[in-house]
Amino acid sequence: MELTLNHFLILSAILFSIGLVGALTRRHIIIMLICLEIMLNAGNLNLIAFWYFSPNPALMHGPLFTLFTIAIAATEAALGLALVLAIFRHYKTIDLEQFHDLKE
Amino acid sequence: MNFFDFSHSVAWLLWIPLLPLIAGTILGFLKPSGKISALIATAALAASLALSLIAFSMTWGHESHTLTHNFTWIQIAGVNLDFGVVLNPLTGSMVAMVSFIGLLIFIYSASYMSHDKGMGRFFCYLSIFMVGMLGLVVSNSLLLLFMFWEIVGLASYLLIGFWFHKPSAAAAAKKAFITTRIGDLGFLIGLLWAFKATGTFLFFDGGNGLLESSQIAALAASKEVLWGLNGAGVIALFLFIGAVGKSGQLPLHVWLPDAMEGPTPVSALIHAATMVAAGVFLVARAFPLFLADAIVLEIVSWVGAFTALFAALIAIAQYDIKRILAYSTVSQLGLMMVGLGAGGLALGEGGVSIGIFHLLTHAFFKALLFLGAGSIIHGCGDEQDIRLMGGVYSKMKVSSLAYLAGTLALCAFPFTSGFFSKDQILLSAWTSNTAIFWISAFASLLTAFYMTRQCCYVFLGKYRGEGHVHESPPLMTVPLVILAVFALVMGIISEKLFHVLRYLSGVEFHQHESIVVIISWIIALGGISMGLLVYARAKMGINETDPVKKAIGTPFSWLEQRLFADELYEATVFKLWNALAINLTAMESILNSLVDAVTTMITGIGNFFSKTIDTKLIDQVSFDGTCSRIYKSSKINSIIQNGFLQGYLRILTAGAVVIGILFFVFAR
Repeated sequence: MELTLNHFLILSAILFSIGLVGALTRRHIIIMLICLEIMLNAGNLNLIAFWYFSPNPALMHGPLFTLFTIAIAATEAALGLALVLAIFRHYKTIDLEQFHDLKE
Repeated sequence: MNFFDFSHSVAWLLWIPLLPLIAGTILGFLKPSGKISALIATAALAASLALSLIAFSMTWGHESHTLTHNFTWIQIAGVNLDFGVVLNPLTGSMVAMVSFIGLLIFIYSASYMSHDKGMGRFFCYLSIFMVGMLGLVVSNSLLLLFMFWEIVGLASYLLIGFWFHKPSAAAAAKKAFITTRIGDLGFLIGLLWAFKATGTFLFFDGGNGLLESSQIAALAASKEVLWGLNGAGVIALFLFIGAVGKSGQLPLHVWLPDAMEGPTPVSALIHAATMVAAGVFLVARAFPLFLADAIVLEIVSWVGAFTALFAALIAIAQYDIKRILAYSTVSQLGLMMVGLGAGGLALGEGGVSIGIFHLLTHAFFKALLFLGAGSIIHGCGDEQDIRLMGGVYSKMKVSSLAYLAGTLALCAFPFTSGFFSKDQILLSAWTSNTAIFWISAFASLLTAFYMTRQCCYVFLGKYRGEGHVHESPPLMTVPLVILAVFALVMGIISEKLFHVLRYLSGVEFHQHESIVVIISWIIALGGISMGLLVYARAKMGINETDPVKKAIGTPFSWLEQRLFADELYEATVFKLWNALAINLTAMESILNSLVDAVTTMITGIGNFFSKTIDTKLIDQVSFDGTCSRIYKSSKINSIIQNGFLQGYLRILTAGAVVIGILFFVFAR
């Protein structure tokens, strides 16, 4: 069986859904962050897949975008973890259900 | 790619650094006990040594052959980044030396570190170091060489700071890392410059490599690229800056003496025999680039000569046995640079032989001296001050005799190994530049003098310390004896019987100058007898004044203070940084007051608006009325806004899905 664009898109959709469901339902804040990363990487996979099957892969658009995204994802993860630490220091818990101060 | 195909390809050279890497990985992740760690690391290095000896024997008798194996690492937008390994006499002799001395030092460390809790960690770091050093030697790509160079720098940092609970060791590690990084910046610039100018990182690539005649000719053809240097000279100069950092040349030598804070086998392996030689090796490897511009060769030899003299002067006035050896290392590295620079000027290609021959002999006798010093320090109850030693000879005969053998070789005593290699350096300096010759000769005289001084302090007289002097176990003395034999006979055998100079560069050596030979005899014998004259009968307690200090007074205390190099950096670089920081703080406070002024102004305007217009007109009349209506409707909305993060996320998702569906329906 030959791999086509659709295979990658389906894989990416599956990854995205897993990430989304996790982000929506898990109460552990770090798992939620991980799920966000999974979603981001599903997007990356799409970029690479579209680039690879594009008419002119010699232009390095796909990998360039992806490299940027990865770099941004790294900063985002660092930022997210810093926030988690701050939240933990404040509330002494990382259960998402336990803080609902946003409504105030 | 067949890794064990010895006849067709040299890809198997990669196993030489890979084997210690495997050992280091096992040690790092599985954390076996100390003894097993030592065994694994030593076994891996022994296998590397076997491969290295095969490599060495393949180059023997094939001086002009250069075997390479190249492969592409990354291919991006039409540019290839190639890696590779190379086998020629330079590689062959260096891998054999590095892995042989490394193995002896591993064996020695197994005994020396046996009481240390971090023995496993120690052997892990040592293995990483060997990965870097062996990889550096076999690599055929400037980029790959740079990577291994940095691995070596990392391993050196880890090993100097091995006893990181001591603040001085942690500081020394930082100092070594940062100082060599300054040099590495030069290396990096040179590397990028080379890539921009030639489009390749490979040294040898079937005629297209960086070091092959067509590229060199093209580079040398572009004149006056920077500071009057031609294209090749600029690259060579920047690479030399890297070598200055790594090999402790002036003015970046300050880290090397402090690096003696690490365990003694580390001082022997890294800061005497191999790592500091990496800079000299880099110059030797990139020698065709240096040859293309005589100005760079001049710079190399002047820097080397001044370093040799400077460090030899300081070594006279030190009392720490390892610190004396450290300064002598700096001094000898300077002489190697003289060998490369002056040798290049006098003999062209043959300069490589002169520098590398001294590197090889020095590696053996300096490793011997450090291991001997380690054995003596061990025997004297971890005392490093030579004023608190004395009379060690009668208690530790084997270590002392081995140490004396190393001393003779370092003093270039006739017919020891140091004599032959130093002789060649002086010869080439004599033919190319007499000023450099006299500086190097004087530095060599001082070398003989301070080594004799040290030996008088350590071995003669009565024991002045408080420990119980005893001989070290055989696991420590056997490597000493092996190295001592090498230190004594390696020079005469390799030069007279095997013509190692011709082997190293493929150039025939005929230079001979009777006056130089006479001068080197005078240097060695004169320095030693001067030392004996001054120190053999002197009183040498911790409260006694050094005989030379009695004679010359203040200049000696300058030398004791290491000619104020550290203080100079403190007064210049640190001061500059502090001044910069203070100025920036001042600037920031000006900016702050500016911001404050603007803020006050805006607050004033804001107050006016808020009191007259906002409060009365907008707030009370129009806003509050609207607000109360919005407030009522918000009550309904606030059911949705429950403060739970994922609640918002779910609504967001639902919204996105609705928009998606709308798109899907209406975009058709």
